[in-house]
Amino acid sequence: MIERTPVLDVVTQVVLALGFVVAVLPFVVVAVAASHDLRDVNLVPMPLIPGGHFLENLTEAWTRADLGHKLFNSFVFAAGVAGGKVIVSALTAYAIVFFRFPGRQLIFWSIFVTLMLPLEVRIVPTYAVAANVLGPYQAILDVTGLTWLIERFAGVHVDLQFGLLNSYTGLILPLVATATGTFLYRQFFLTLPDELVEAAKMDGAGPIRFFFDMVLPLSRNNVAALATIMFLWAWNQYLWPLLVTTEPSHATAVTELKQLIPNVGGIPEWNIAMAGTLIVMAPTLVVVIVMQRWFVRGLIATEK
Amino acid sequence: MEKRATYRQWWIGIGFAIPQIVLIFTFFYWPAGQAVYWSLTLQQPWGGGNIWVGLDNFREILSDPNYWASVWRSIVFAGFSTAIAMICALLLAVCVDRELTGSRLYRVVLIWPYGIAAPALALAFRFMLAPQAGLIAFVNDVWPGIWDPGLNGTDAMISVIAAFSWKYVGYDFIFFLSALQSIPRSHIEAAALDGAGVLRRLVDIQLPLLTPTVFFLLVIDITESFQDSFGIVDIMTAGGPARATELMVYKIYFDGFRGLDYSGAAAQSIILMILIMGLTILQFRFIERRVHYK
Repeated sequence: MIERTPVLDVVTQVVLALGFVVAVLPFVVVAVAASHDLRDVNLVPMPLIPGGHFLENLTEAWTRADLGHKLFNSFVFAAGVAGGKVIVSALTAYAIVFFRFPGRQLIFWSIFVTLMLPLEVRIVPTYAVAANVLGPYQAILDVTGLTWLIERFAGVHVDLQFGLLNSYTGLILPLVATATGTFLYRQFFLTLPDELVEAAKMDGAGPIRFFFDMVLPLSRNNVAALATIMFLWAWNQYLWPLLVTTEPSHATAVTELKQLIPNVGGIPEWNIAMAGTLIVMAPTLVVVIVMQRWFVRGLIATEK
Repeated sequence: MEKRATYRQWWIGIGFAIPQIVLIFTFFYWPAGQAVYWSLTLQQPWGGGNIWVGLDNFREILSDPNYWASVWRSIVFAGFSTAIAMICALLLAVCVDRELTGSRLYRVVLIWPYGIAAPALALAFRFMLAPQAGLIAFVNDVWPGIWDPGLNGTDAMISVIAAFSWKYVGYDFIFFLSALQSIPRSHIEAAALDGAGVLRRLVDIQLPLLTPTVFFLLVIDITESFQDSFGIVDIMTAGGPARATELMVYKIYFDGFRGLDYSGAAAQSIILMILIMGLTILQFRFIERRVHYK
């Protein structure tokens, strides 16, 4: 379809160019500020021509916030959440779609409800659980009188204690415990034809074999999309890592940014702060650029 | 939708579901229940058990002007940032959807902001909007003292809203563009044959077909403005100056972990949970409607 709309075309291009500038400006400013020395970065307005101190500032930010270690933590954390989600939600969706058993609807709905309450709003009690992850089970034993029974007959006082603070497990598990991925897989599994299951059955494949040899290879696209989304989401988490990692050695790169905020008083070291920001935002930016297709597809599919 | 052909070994099915059940019980249902329990009791921070106080915590919260101020700020924040993000995103998506020269580049670049961690972009915006350095400090040379997010509450709120909307323009853009491109080409071409120009087609065909996406994004953006704002506020203003940017989630964090008032924080969490659940239920109703368009 060819149309001549010269005026509108100019308007469109201007709007897009403006949008482009606004979208890119912060990246440019961060990169340019990271290349100035202390005096230049504090000039008003900041010179937009890059200075010559880029590597210097990067090194300084890297050592000051111990970013090598922190990026490694972030990476383990984000990969753990992405991997955990991909595995756990595939298993659950498989159970919900391909089996008939009593309580299946109950499981479905109990998972569905978790979509409604993000971690941020139930942060205080979740923190208490992470401090002693066996606490819920201890409380159940106490209330049902099993603690008393066991103490009476076995002579052991049951006291379940297992803290997850300052550990990768504590960072990862609570973020895996939501429903996002489960529904992505469920929708996909429902599109698989019934004949596939029948054929597999006829060839003598049991449910476990069917899962590993048919369902998993077919869901490669879903795995890629979900893993991309979850990796970014976990990498960008802030509140949960901030609470769970009280020891600096377990902090993630994103929470470590707080150490780079220039102090009040003295000349603010924005060049170091921006160099640190650049290092922390670079990995996710690379993931978005490289995995663009999966990123967009995953976003649209998981939120539906 | 149900499958006809399934497996009968139900114990294997339950086995597959067990990891998720254990996880959501431990990290979702138990804490959510715990929040309800705490909100109805008064807990001593140094141990020593809980005292049942019924709805006293809620009464205390709801009669606290500081709490209502944080609710009001959250509404202002949600309203402005959602409006800015959605309007900009819609405009950009409509422009990219015209597929003129360069639209492939724009399509790639405009989604970058959503990939950036909220605290990282917050630090970047803190610098750009700083009163003595960065990009807009020059206004203070012209009119001394006109811009200072560190001292002026309104300026601080504007900074936080700017940072949040910048990120969510990228997010909304993805959804608007995907919705625009799923409109069948034949609709547009038929309208063009009938003599409808670009703007007429936009108003009469594309925008009406986008309403489900608008409702969907409205709910998501508002919900995210409650959660994803935490990192931005904590890095840019730490709730200040003088609580001017203390949003609801920030107050929960502050009261719970800095003030060690678990009961008060739990009561606030419950109120926020009810709010977000209400929004989500609203969203599911609109999702139902969205399906009909396809």
